[in-house]
Amino acid sequence: MTHLALMTQHLDQIFVLTSHWLLSYLPIALQPLCSAILSVAAIIIAFATLFALTTLLERKGLGRMQNRYGPNRVGPCGLFQPLADGVKSLTKEDIVPIRADRAVHFMAPVLLVAASFMGYAVLPIGRNMVMVDMNAGVLFFFAIGSLMELAVFMAGWSSRSKYSLLGAMRAIAQMISYEVPLVLASVVVLMQAGSLSTVAIVNMQATYSGIWPHWFVFTPWGFAGFALFMIAATAESNRSPFDLPEGESEIIAGYYTEYSGFKFALFFLGEYIGMFATSGMAITLFLGGWSAPFSFLTWIPSYFWFFAKLLTIISVFIWIRGTLPRLRMDQLMNLAWQFMLPMTLLNLLTTGIWHFMLPGFLRWIVCSTMVIVPCILLGSGLKYKKKFQIRTYHFSQ
Amino acid sequence: MSTATLAAASLNLEPANESGMDQLLEIAMGPQHPSTHGVFRMNVVLDGERVVRLKPVFGYLHRNHEKIAENETYLGSMPYTDRLDYMCPLTNNWAYALAVEKLAGIQVPERAEYLRVITGELTRLQNHTCLIGFLMQDMGASGTPLMYAFRQREIILDLFEALTGARMMCNYMRFGGCRVDLPAGWLDQAKKVVAGFPRFLDEYESLLVSNEILMDRTQDVGVLSKELAISAGISGPMARASGVDYDIRKVDHYSIYDRFAFRVPLGSHGDVYDRFMIRLLEMRESVNILQQAMRDIPEGPIVDPKTKIRGFRPKPGEAYGRIEGPKGELGFYLVSDGSPNPYRYRVRPPSLINLTILEDLCLGRNVADIVVILGSIDIVMGEVDR
Amino acid sequence: MVGEGILKGLAETARNFFGSYVSKDRLTTVQYPEQREPQIEATRDFPFLVYDGADWQQGMRCVACQICEKECPPKCIFIEKSKDKKPDAFGKMQIYPATFNIDISVCMSCQICVEVCPFDAIKMDVEYHQSSDDRFGALLLNKQRLSKSNEYYNAIHPTEASAVDAQRAEELAKLEAKAKAAAEVKAAAEAKAAADANPALNASPQQPAGDPQ
Repeated sequence: MTHLALMTQHLDQIFVLTSHWLLSYLPIALQPLCSAILSVAAIIIAFATLFALTTLLERKGLGRMQNRYGPNRVGPCGLFQPLADGVKSLTKEDIVPIRADRAVHFMAPVLLVAASFMGYAVLPIGRNMVMVDMNAGVLFFFAIGSLMELAVFMAGWSSRSKYSLLGAMRAIAQMISYEVPLVLASVVVLMQAGSLSTVAIVNMQATYSGIWPHWFVFTPWGFAGFALFMIAATAESNRSPFDLPEGESEIIAGYYTEYSGFKFALFFLGEYIGMFATSGMAITLFLGGWSAPFSFLTWIPSYFWFFAKLLTIISVFIWIRGTLPRLRMDQLMNLAWQFMLPMTLLNLLTTGIWHFMLPGFLRWIVCSTMVIVPCILLGSGLKYKKKFQIRTYHFSQ
Repeated sequence: MSTATLAAASLNLEPANESGMDQLLEIAMGPQHPSTHGVFRMNVVLDGERVVRLKPVFGYLHRNHEKIAENETYLGSMPYTDRLDYMCPLTNNWAYALAVEKLAGIQVPERAEYLRVITGELTRLQNHTCLIGFLMQDMGASGTPLMYAFRQREIILDLFEALTGARMMCNYMRFGGCRVDLPAGWLDQAKKVVAGFPRFLDEYESLLVSNEILMDRTQDVGVLSKELAISAGISGPMARASGVDYDIRKVDHYSIYDRFAFRVPLGSHGDVYDRFMIRLLEMRESVNILQQAMRDIPEGPIVDPKTKIRGFRPKPGEAYGRIEGPKGELGFYLVSDGSPNPYRYRVRPPSLINLTILEDLCLGRNVADIVVILGSIDIVMGEVDR
Repeated sequence: MVGEGILKGLAETARNFFGSYVSKDRLTTVQYPEQREPQIEATRDFPFLVYDGADWQQGMRCVACQICEKECPPKCIFIEKSKDKKPDAFGKMQIYPATFNIDISVCMSCQICVEVCPFDAIKMDVEYHQSSDDRFGALLLNKQRLSKSNEYYNAIHPTEASAVDAQRAEELAKLEAKAKAAAEVKAAAEAKAAADANPALNASPQQPAGDPQ
């Protein structure tokens, strides 16, 4: 292998090589345990830093969209703002309402953070860089992800306050409704990949024909699946336009109204980490995981591509947040059950047809039609039922 | 009874052992709330997410404006009228000046009338812009339309500062005209601002009008029927959105509005979307009026020279002067007994009158709709509580 | 098509985002306190007393007529008249305020005191950094803190100040003209009175009529 190729390969595998070298100093019996601890520490450090950066990026991005600077006083370009926010949340008084259920009130944020971090165990962040290569990785991810909903409900219920209760009810209804399209949108990938293992899915997408990669998003069913998955992921993470549970202008803060100080920060941490995890799963399933977008760019390390795609998705989240008002509860439900569910089911059918047709132009035409036409029909069905229309106004004589 | 006792009494609901009534949740969307447009409280009784009862409680911003006016001279009350509807100080001044001019029979010179129309329509522009921004903020659009609205408002406030000396508490109208004439270059700057406004309105509309989420949240929400609007005394854009063809500029022919060609938009559904679109259309009409006024403004005196500033004693009598303010019919009722202080001074606040039907609009809707409906009524607590 | 309005909205936001790096009116923040907006000339914040010349006590225009105290809507001006008099800019002996206090925590910057003052003595300042952490008197400005020179007034409100100066100069000119005319008339009257009282002094060197020499 040429010198350059060897160097790029080493750069790509640098974390793996470093961890092997560190572990070689330990006795064999301790190595699995310490390897796990090392991976956990790496994930926590990496994604917590990403969380800090994202809070800053969000505020600055929203600011620029609103014709103003974001935070720019603390440190150059406001880079130490997350540090200041962290210090603030640590030093605030921890108020627990007198009627609250103390044990559950304490456990809720802890459970949220723990559940959201556990999802990273099956995400391949780079070549050979997955913490646990389970052969039912996707199933594990969704199972653990539903623990987050439990934590949200625990928070709302234990606070024993009307606003929290309202927020918790809304959150539960929303998150449960959007689990179904989320999982169904990912089933198409499993059908095509033939495996539940995240590593296998990414390896299938990491091949190229010419310069184009074999990412699943570049197929009609994959594109539809990706779109549906992202909408459902926005709803799962309680982000705008689905942030009714934390509807700031109506019920103050929803299920975490009664939290203050570090527990409040933990809620934020848990939600953002969950958002990153779901985006990471979307990247793994549809966007080719750690593979480069063009075959001539494979010399750039794989973990760089993973984080680049993650940052792109985060920017799109922030962009959507800055633009759209939030949906009301019943509109949210309508969207989930009357638009997304039929679309995901039809997408399954499309994937099957794609699989069994011969590769060529015809299957592109057929599958694209099967995706686009129901989308338009269902969309106008939503519109028609609501009877919302562009109106014209007359003037008095 | 004090406000607190009244509020407590209002919380006595039907006993909870009636069937079906024990699931009701009662919340106070209290005076400290991000979306209640000031210190305003609503005691809401909910059945799940639906509103069963709603009782507005206000008075948190009562500042004895009418009583203070009884001890001040007529001119001394003028700065206090700025602080009534603090988003639109110039139209408040105008309504009060109109009332006193009716009381004392003072004529206003031409140039002053044009100045009043120009400043009044600029006020209407910035009020409607901000209202739409606030409505979007309440709907959760994280402040982006609000920031655009305030960006435009700042430009207009700079104009006000150059003319009257203060951005908001302008204290500009006097009995018989205006206080100070246009400084050099003001008219050109104002023409530039008004020329740039339609482009901003187009950008604003593209962000809002065909936005499906917005349409979903505002159409058929808070429907106000024409009959209820008339019988409850609703005025302003809220009434016109329900189809009531009543614009005081066209009805009373006050000031020189007859010289300007402008249309009055009317809605047909009376829901939040209509109120919001009517305001957008009214802004375009205001731009029209402004362009005509700034083109035609004549030279001349800006105040009736016979009116005294000190020792102003109108003859005994009463007068009611009203204008089409940005929020509705703003009226001042004055009773004079020949002394320098008014005997009775009464403000007809459009926000308060429009607020009385809040319960009718909100019954059966979700909690999320309450905030949107309240936003579309366009209240300012300074006016509601005086 | 469903979603079209949303896409238009997204395009608008993206335009503002990228525009904020490029054009000034898509990034309207003024980074206070390092950057300031230029002062708009007609701005008014709190009142101040104008004095002419260099000595603030001798040059103060205020004559303690107490009109502003009576007309002030929130009654935040407190004046006490002096016992003695001092000459004003036009030479006339006037009383002056022994104390002149304005409570700027009450003042609402309505400018009515400026409008009613017949002597152009009180005008509006543009200084708004008046906050203080002393609750008990730091916001009660006394005569000395309120007095600022006419040059300062010209600096902050050039058009207004030059109009006032022109008017005062005109009045002064008129007064001087009147005084000169009065002085001339007086001088003529004096001369005439002196001529009547002492005819001998004024007698021209002529022969008395009928004196045969």
